[in-house]
Amino acid sequence: MTLAPELKDTSPEKLLAPVLSAFWDEDKSWTLDVYRRHEGYEGLRKALAMSPDDLIAYVKESGLRGRGGAGFPTGMKWQFIPQGDGKPHYLVVNADESEPGTCKDIPLLFANPHSLIEGIVIACYAIRSSHAFIYLRGEVVPVLRRLHEAVREAYAAGYLGENILGSGLNLELTVHAGAGAYICGEETALLDSLEGRRGQPRLRPPFPAVAGLYACPTVVNNVESIASVPAILQKGKDWFRSMGSEKSPGFTLYSLSGHVTSPGQYEAPLGITLRQLLEMSGGMRAGHRLKFWTPGGSSTPMFTDEHLDVPLDYEGVGAAGSMLGTKALQCFDETTCVVRAVTRWTEFYAHESCGKCTPCREGTYWLVQLLRDIEAGKGVMSDLDKLNDIADNINGKSFCALGDGAASPIFSSLKYFREEYEQHITGRGCPFDPAKSTAWADRTEVNA
Amino acid sequence: MTTSSSERGVSLGMPELPAPAYPDDVRARLETDAREIIARYPDSRSALLPLLHLVQSEEGHVTRTGMRFCADVLNLTTAEVTAVATFYTMYRRRPSGDYQVGVCTNTLCAVMGGDAIFESLQEHLGVGNGETTDDGKVTLEHIECNAACDFAPVVMVNWEFFDNQTPATAKRLVDDLRAGAPVEPTRGAPLCTFKETARILAGFPDERPGAVEASGGAGPASLVGLRLARGEAAPARVVHPRDGGPHDEPQDRAVHDPSPTQHLSSHDAPQDTSASDPAHPAGPTAEEGE
Repeated sequence: MTLAPELKDTSPEKLLAPVLSAFWDEDKSWTLDVYRRHEGYEGLRKALAMSPDDLIAYVKESGLRGRGGAGFPTGMKWQFIPQGDGKPHYLVVNADESEPGTCKDIPLLFANPHSLIEGIVIACYAIRSSHAFIYLRGEVVPVLRRLHEAVREAYAAGYLGENILGSGLNLELTVHAGAGAYICGEETALLDSLEGRRGQPRLRPPFPAVAGLYACPTVVNNVESIASVPAILQKGKDWFRSMGSEKSPGFTLYSLSGHVTSPGQYEAPLGITLRQLLEMSGGMRAGHRLKFWTPGGSSTPMFTDEHLDVPLDYEGVGAAGSMLGTKALQCFDETTCVVRAVTRWTEFYAHESCGKCTPCREGTYWLVQLLRDIEAGKGVMSDLDKLNDIADNINGKSFCALGDGAASPIFSSLKYFREEYEQHITGRGCPFDPAKSTAWADRTEVNA
Repeated sequence: MTTSSSERGVSLGMPELPAPAYPDDVRARLETDAREIIARYPDSRSALLPLLHLVQSEEGHVTRTGMRFCADVLNLTTAEVTAVATFYTMYRRRPSGDYQVGVCTNTLCAVMGGDAIFESLQEHLGVGNGETTDDGKVTLEHIECNAACDFAPVVMVNWEFFDNQTPATAKRLVDDLRAGAPVEPTRGAPLCTFKETARILAGFPDERPGAVEASGGAGPASLVGLRLARGEAAPARVVHPRDGGPHDEPQDRAVHDPSPTQHLSSHDAPQDTSASDPAHPAGPTAEEGE
């Protein structure tokens, strides 16, 4: 093999595919003017020229799958909404981005909120909804400001409200700020929260498509899923399918964070690998090597440097024993204590467990007690099996996926780093210096 | 149980009296806002979360009076409202500072330096988690992942982004806040007070000129991939403009030794509500100004 094709293989121009992020660097990228200059609301015109059923079929054929974690086909979700049932239908956009490591929807909404609004209008036309909601987590006021402004602009321009673009479609869009609860990212807890209740998951069935918001048929979609729809309409499903794989077509936002040279958002066809992303962006921070990483947030089982070549699509990551999740690639180098990382994540799950299901509520509490002891050098060897056992009693035994998410870091870290847990026990403490992990650790050394 | 109910000033024999109502003029003003909020939803109860943000914008925290107001306008019981108000972490249960400084200590930010920042701020301000400085300016908290991991370590002030912080920049930040110097986030608008922020959260757009466009477009990390895709060189690691340098204080703690009692997540313990916290009976002037 010659050098040239290899270079080409890793060239970012070839590997990346900015669509949603294509004009984030333009002045006032969040405004309607700029969005329209980039074919904004053209996808909507094409959608309105189709019948709603054809539109649903079109989105189904594009192969778009949910970008919020589970990867459920978006068009199929829309198709599940019973038609002609005489009930109001609702679209609820899940903008409660809170999964540790996940940071794609917030920059997307900050820089390009109209892509979401256009997608909402298209989706509501398809599922015959006249009222949509954006459930935005409350802790991101800069994004809330721009959403308020974008919705105001869209109403003023006739993309929301009565008789949109002369189509006869009427649509109200309400921006709703949450109040701080990770669990509200779970779709049924989100619906309870939007109904003005504590955010606790519901038993399914009935699924939201049958009995969702106010017990009416409801589609709950992630921000990125809905925001991807206008481009599919505008550029065509074949264009969309030309990226990614047969079962995981299209483009998506990968969020690189942690001990890397260039943390940030990388929009690429599904199936890119972490090795490719690191090679194009300067790799891990200078002088350090990758120790462990998450493919899609803390709830997805962690990977190590063995997994650098796993294709980051739904099937590839699944086959390697984890989940694509939210494509939140949190990378930790060899200075990081895996016990410390897992302890902190577990404290998060214990704090955010809503308390409805006993295995999750009690199990996360006891996991934290054991992990804190181990981290502080007060653990015993049998604690490791106990951790596994408790995680096993949470996994799959709660209403929602928070419990499964809490078990993931435990299982996967014990699988890859059991020795490191044992070192904490035999060495009566943590062998790592947290100062070496900080963003400024090496800067300090240079200047000292 | 070390503190008995009587020591905490709670009379066991007598049910608590209903919270006093807002003064008429306040109530009239809030009712106008409440009607606007309720009109956004097909079912009035959906207005409860924004209404709690609204009463928080009135008093700086969710008081018994505020919860009674929400119950009245939505035709709910105060128990139903209290159940919701105590579920969500953004509703404060006692008077707090003008500026809520939240340091992300979820795993990634903690490892990248969030723990060191939180520790140095506690020391610098002389307050612990959830506590407020004597001048009533700054309430320090540790927070969970705020969806800005590519800008780690992150500090939020009144839920505006302060990206790529160090102990030195964070200390300067709180000093500026306490001195009343103008403070601008890396992503977000020039700071307003916590009460004003709560009003935006209730769904009333920020009317200040320039607030929407403040701090410009996407942050630098958000643009890394786009620039590479255009064939531009990978940017140098962004250094925050406020960065006076962490160099003046090397982090030289040798061992990571968290004590369970002072642990960052010790707030998992049940918190008092404003309703159950006799030290802060949490009412309007009518109740407190006895």
